[in-house]
Amino acid sequence: MTPTQPEASAIPTPPPAANPLFPYVLQLADTSLILAHRLSEWCGHGPVLEQDLALANIALDLLGEARSYYQYAAELEGQGRTEDELAYLRSAVEYRNPLLVEQPNGDFAHTIVRQFLFDVFHYELLKELKAGPDVQLAAIAEKSLKEAAYHRKWSAEWLIRLGDGTSESRQRVEKALRTLWRYAAELTVPTPLELDLHSLGLVPDYAALQARAAAYVAHVFAEATLPVPTDAFAQPGGKLGRHSEHLGYLLAELQYMQRTYPGLTW
Amino acid sequence: METPNLTPEEQFQARIDADVRIEPKDWMPDAYRKTLIRQISQHAHSELVGMLPEGNWITRAPSLKRKSILLAKVQDEAGHGLYLYSAAETLGVSREQMLSDLHSGKAKYSSIFNYPTLSWADMGCVGWLVDGAAILNQVPLCRTSYGPYARAMVRVCKEESFHQRQGFEIMQTLCEGAPTQKAMAQEALNRWWWPTLMMFGPKDSESPNTEQSMKWRIKRFTNDELRQKFVDMMVPQAEFLGLTVPDERVNWNEARQAYDFGEVDWNEFWNVVKGNGLCNHERLQARVQAHEEGAWVREAALAHAQKRAAREVAVAA
Repeated sequence: MTPTQPEASAIPTPPPAANPLFPYVLQLADTSLILAHRLSEWCGHGPVLEQDLALANIALDLLGEARSYYQYAAELEGQGRTEDELAYLRSAVEYRNPLLVEQPNGDFAHTIVRQFLFDVFHYELLKELKAGPDVQLAAIAEKSLKEAAYHRKWSAEWLIRLGDGTSESRQRVEKALRTLWRYAAELTVPTPLELDLHSLGLVPDYAALQARAAAYVAHVFAEATLPVPTDAFAQPGGKLGRHSEHLGYLLAELQYMQRTYPGLTW
Repeated sequence: METPNLTPEEQFQARIDADVRIEPKDWMPDAYRKTLIRQISQHAHSELVGMLPEGNWITRAPSLKRKSILLAKVQDEAGHGLYLYSAAETLGVSREQMLSDLHSGKAKYSSIFNYPTLSWADMGCVGWLVDGAAILNQVPLCRTSYGPYARAMVRVCKEESFHQRQGFEIMQTLCEGAPTQKAMAQEALNRWWWPTLMMFGPKDSESPNTEQSMKWRIKRFTNDELRQKFVDMMVPQAEFLGLTVPDERVNWNEARQAYDFGEVDWNEFWNVVKGNGLCNHERLQARVQAHEEGAWVREAALAHAQKRAAREVAVAA
């Protein structure tokens, strides 16, 4: 900076105030996209053809939901960005998905536990968003809720089969729970953004979501003959942009084409 | 038609000649049953293995729209595999047996899936060319003599034509795009053209099953007839896209009202069929690994179902 420059130009012009829902909708979009990406990695590698189909189906639902959110987020932001720019041209620290959904697939039990913990939360969240005041968000939630109900049924049934199946399947579920449980709480522990938006009446009360999700988890775990883990530690980070090391690799793959050939139509 | 002085074989052939569909409980020659099991299971295996080359690009698709389309397509392929395994099972073979034959290398799948997908344009070529070739093979199968197979093919063909149009649209978008995109499209066409011509199988003169399959109306056209149809259909489409088919001998033959074209590299074809293509090892390995690593999941599902059934019996008693 040279001394001749007027003082005012040193102060950057603040960006036009985006709709307060923008970062929240983007967070929902990131969450669905990253989980869809993980599930799509199963393609052709599932334990049986029917489950290959189910995994692809759920991935496709979540990807569709992510697209609706990104499109809406782009509209809320009002900067002319597209769904693809939001998905493909943001870095790991700008992503806002919770840590749970970026965890690697591991074995089928690991994938099922991750899916079940997410589905339970997702279902309760969508039920609230569907009844919320924002018309567009409510409409996306209404469509997605039907899909989430299917996802929750599928992952709960598998959790029960694996928990109350063979000793091997049970051990694998228990191992997955030991790894993944610490990430479950982040889903329902509100961030400052979620608290602010809740105080504006735009976003559900995450504490109430937590209670309902916990009740459903307890019900399914009982049927799966599994004890609900008592480990209380909740690993925060993803919703604030502080991710595990897994996300960088995931995005390198996801974004490769757009980064290599920017600005083209596909 | 059930004339008493005809042998079962003659009665069977009379039904075939009258275009009456053969159904699972009908008498059929052993060789007809075996040929169909071989063909339908090979077809089902192709759907299963065919998920891999395209699955390879789902995580890297260049836009969310393309990613959705590709994911939906691979999901359809899993569904096609299911229809076809069910159709084969009506002939008295189990899915386990068929999968075990695939994993041991005894049963084949389409040679095309032993080629790698190296660029995004390959998703266009697989849809446009590979599905295009599959459709030419499969549309006549909607009228094949075995009822369950014919009915499965009706459903498969509807979805397959949709995939083919999507593949063409990927190619068109690339060809109308930046020079780097068009070059990507041409490079992919160069790699996929000949392998797709090989999808129709060996030359008629070297196809041992053709004559009998035609007589039984399992097949309605010969390999060479279908290959010619394919070239006649695809050369103008390539021209429309502004792409060049990698065959100097492609030339419109006014007298035949068909394209002349060069000779397929049959050496390469047989090598791939025998397991020496670029991806044969990886493809089979991926399938075997998925099956083996999934064994505990299938066992758990079975064990749970048995526990549940036992509990229901206990409650009822």
